[in-house]
Amino acid sequence: MRAFAQSGSYGRGAGDEDLDAGRIVFRTREKLSRLLGFSHPERVCFASGATQALNTAIMGMPRRYGRAIATDWDHNSTLRPLARLADEQGVRVEYVPADSDGALDYGALSALLDEPCDFVTCTHASNVTGMVCDAGRVVAMAHAHGVPVILDAAQTAGSLPLSMEELGTDVLCITGHKALMGPTGTGAILVAPGLELAPLVEGGSGMASAERRQPAAWPEHLEAGTLNIQGIAGLEAAVDWLAEQGIESIAAHEEALVGRFRAGIEGVSGLKAYGRFDLPHSGIVSVNLRDVDSAVLADELAERFGIATRAGLHCAPRMHAALGTLEQGCVRFSFGWFTSENDIDAAVAALAEIAGGL
Amino acid sequence: MTAQTRTSLVVTFASTHDAMRAEAVLVERNVPGRLIPTPTVVTAECGLAWKSPLSARDALVAALEALAHEEILELEV
Repeated sequence: MRAFAQSGSYGRGAGDEDLDAGRIVFRTREKLSRLLGFSHPERVCFASGATQALNTAIMGMPRRYGRAIATDWDHNSTLRPLARLADEQGVRVEYVPADSDGALDYGALSALLDEPCDFVTCTHASNVTGMVCDAGRVVAMAHAHGVPVILDAAQTAGSLPLSMEELGTDVLCITGHKALMGPTGTGAILVAPGLELAPLVEGGSGMASAERRQPAAWPEHLEAGTLNIQGIAGLEAAVDWLAEQGIESIAAHEEALVGRFRAGIEGVSGLKAYGRFDLPHSGIVSVNLRDVDSAVLADELAERFGIATRAGLHCAPRMHAALGTLEQGCVRFSFGWFTSENDIDAAVAALAEIAGGL
Repeated sequence: MTAQTRTSLVVTFASTHDAMRAEAVLVERNVPGRLIPTPTVVTAECGLAWKSPLSARDALVAALEALAHEEILELEV
């Protein structure tokens, strides 16, 4: 609340309110760095969310070959800027396929890497199936060809133990409003030393004001304009809470809930869960009930049982194409720290009741 | 209006982040001083600078050894 009442703007004036804003931003960078296993907080650049972070990464990557590799798991935050690069700059984009169970084909990635490309971009956990990719393997494969990797951790930051430096990814994009439990309108792009990205946005930086272009110094290089101080203050509080709680505890809790939910819905006739559960998984399970429109099922859950889900294509059309659900969509359940076993049981009972009534 | 000035030590930085990190460390080490708007006579990247009295030179220099910064200047500010 203090941030709302008193904070000024980051990196601008030297009055108490502006310096307070600077301290909030500084502390939050440091804490996010620690939480995400990255020892260069000055290269943690705040964004409005993973969408802005991914656009910054994709549009700003150095390009020599005019070719990029993405995956069927990717969200429109990745797919659409890539489509723009293809349409406007002739960049050739190729995709690592997922099979009908949602599993990524790492052999196909290996083959795609035989031809020079500028970067690989990869979603850490599918926002449709909840499956977690082997990001360390993707990075190792790409780096063996000298190709940098952008990792979209929108679904995993705060939900699974995650170290940017252990994975070796060159860019990590996160959002504050999902498992990091911060406010909407917050996120960040973390850029490994040695990689220079062209800024997506240029403008006020509070420094080097006489220069024609955005300063090269980090983090201002990717932070043109006024930062969302109040949002970042909320994110700091959330990161403090997560660090106290321990990401491992949260991951274990979500894993147990996914197991309980899966066991519960096995007995529900006509219900299908998507993805493979013998592979690493985050706290998401998506289902369909026979051929029922996913929007209808989600509405029944909300209207009759007060259960919030998300229906449709989840901004991930290639993933749905792989799963065969482009027409029907599917209903996504998302479990977090504040989801209880009782919530899971209630969701299973609701699905059983709906299924029995159809 | 004539501003009251005295010769002080002014530390400049390449970025706001470096300035904020310096403040955190210098305050923790009880080095007297505070962040100020970078004087316009200085050619520095960052709009914030650290100002300390001349008497704090030894403590300031020692603390800055491990901190990213540009220059330590003596200025009338």
